[in-house]
Amino acid sequence: MVVAMQHEALRHELAILGEIFSSLQTYIILLKGAAYVACCLAAGRGRSFSDIDILIPHGRLGDVEAALMLKGWVSTHRNAYDQRYYRQWMHEIPPMVHIQRGTALDVHHALTPPTSRIRADTAAMLANARDIPGWPGFKALAPEDMVLHSATHLFLEGELEAGLRDLFDLEALIGEFSASDPQFLDRLVGRAEAVGLERPLFYALRYVQRILGVEFPAELLARTSDFKPSFPPLVLMDALFDRALLPHHSTCQDALTPAALFALYVRGHWLRMPAHLLIVHLLRKAFRREEESSPEGPEKAVRG
Amino acid sequence: MHEALCGGGLRLRITPIIVRLHSSIPDFADGLLRLYGDHEILEPSGFADFHISLASPGGLRRWLRPQVNFIFDGFRPFKPLPREQAYPMFEWGLNWCVAQHFHHVISIHSAAIARGGSAVILPAPPGSGKSTLCAGLVARGWRLLSDELALIRPEDLQLVPCPRPISLKNQSIDVIGDFAMDCVIGLCYRDTHKGDVAHMKPPAESVERAAEFADPRWIIFPRYASGMDAVFSPVRKAEAVVRLAENGFNYAKLGPFAFHVLNRLVDQCQVFDFVYSRLEEAVDLFDSLFQT
Repeated sequence: MVVAMQHEALRHELAILGEIFSSLQTYIILLKGAAYVACCLAAGRGRSFSDIDILIPHGRLGDVEAALMLKGWVSTHRNAYDQRYYRQWMHEIPPMVHIQRGTALDVHHALTPPTSRIRADTAAMLANARDIPGWPGFKALAPEDMVLHSATHLFLEGELEAGLRDLFDLEALIGEFSASDPQFLDRLVGRAEAVGLERPLFYALRYVQRILGVEFPAELLARTSDFKPSFPPLVLMDALFDRALLPHHSTCQDALTPAALFALYVRGHWLRMPAHLLIVHLLRKAFRREEESSPEGPEKAVRG
Repeated sequence: MHEALCGGGLRLRITPIIVRLHSSIPDFADGLLRLYGDHEILEPSGFADFHISLASPGGLRRWLRPQVNFIFDGFRPFKPLPREQAYPMFEWGLNWCVAQHFHHVISIHSAAIARGGSAVILPAPPGSGKSTLCAGLVARGWRLLSDELALIRPEDLQLVPCPRPISLKNQSIDVIGDFAMDCVIGLCYRDTHKGDVAHMKPPAESVERAAEFADPRWIIFPRYASGMDAVFSPVRKAEAVVRLAENGFNYAKLGPFAFHVLNRLVDQCQVFDFVYSRLEEAVDLFDSLFQT
């Protein structure tokens, strides 16, 4: 029921965003969870949200940010370093939050960061985006691109808080698309090669199989086996992802799990940033005093 | 019990949940032993809904004005408290865990008691005398469902019991101590932010019957007012829905769904305000309510 309320809230937000963007005369591409729900996909069922991810044309970024601010969204991460990190190096403006409703919005302008070592052919993926039935003005990535984007997000990002959830997303997406279209898996491989996302697809198939026990056809795995990394060795990546993609709970961890999470965190940043920026960035994060969310006493938290 | 708490964890059935507890703080173990003596200790390996640890922090605060942290599934949702408050911290923290996670029921900040199969929901903000009244009624034979959280199943409006120690504050500790001579009351924890706090052990029968749901028949908003005669005053049903929602933990999360459930609940119950000052008189009035 909580999820039903969230989905209702999501629809409300999308309606408001739709009005803002139609006056700007630009399309919005919904990404990840928001897209799964708007497209009524299995991956959206029962899924809870912390934010809405949208993608807009890079050239309209200024107009979009201004229009959102007029309607009550404010930027988070207001210090100069974070602003530069997001705008210059990543592929999004800093997350925005609505001052009254508290909704969080991530506005992307590319599918992978400009500085990323694995660059997707974003233009090709955007060109293939489809209208979403029932949501005029909104688009979603084509099914193959949706899977590839989800795989890229999971296997190239360093923060695996929702790693298992993202893996379930992949399994649901691949399962639903291939059930309704026998050619889907073939096209998925071809598309990965066309847009340069072979490596994330390799990992996606491998770990959906390893961790969720899904059996993929042997010829599919044969075709994608060429996409595996030569370095680092697969046995190392298995050791890292086998740990990081489990729930982050003491019952699912071993002594090496913290090291695995840290290694993937650094790897995620390394893949997204050039080396000289990476070192500076990690040092800054290590030494900056994070503002801890101030926890109240338990009795206050229960209004007791 | 001490070894289990310090080692692999103690798995305790606190119907409707199972909790895995870790702590090496001896006072906490003593509190548990005294107040959860009728709750079932389970085999160490197996599922637990909540993994809770009451732990001393590392560093200086382990020794200097020692503190305790409440750790839930690896998270620290709260600021630490003085170590001697480990046991009340557990009770407050467990309330929070249930309120934050039980969204298959509507949860209301209230006491809930039952007689036969019929239940009374006693919603109230803190300081209203709800826990004192609840403890008094339970001491006189009413079944304890909960002193803090009424859990209402949306499908049939039945109450899910979760009988746990009843928390008493300040003067009510002595009042209940005198009123219920054969009830077990745990240690008094002084100078918490709520004042002095102690807990009354739930009756064994309430714990044994924890799996039996109860049908709510009355919603009674209690208020202690010194010197007043005990009296019930009817409350309009529309107002009752609003006041229940105000005391709801997950009302906003569940939205219109919760609103409709509360409407149905209020329809099937008699609703009263209840003012009292003398506990004996209050208990008698509740008994007569049940008999009508």
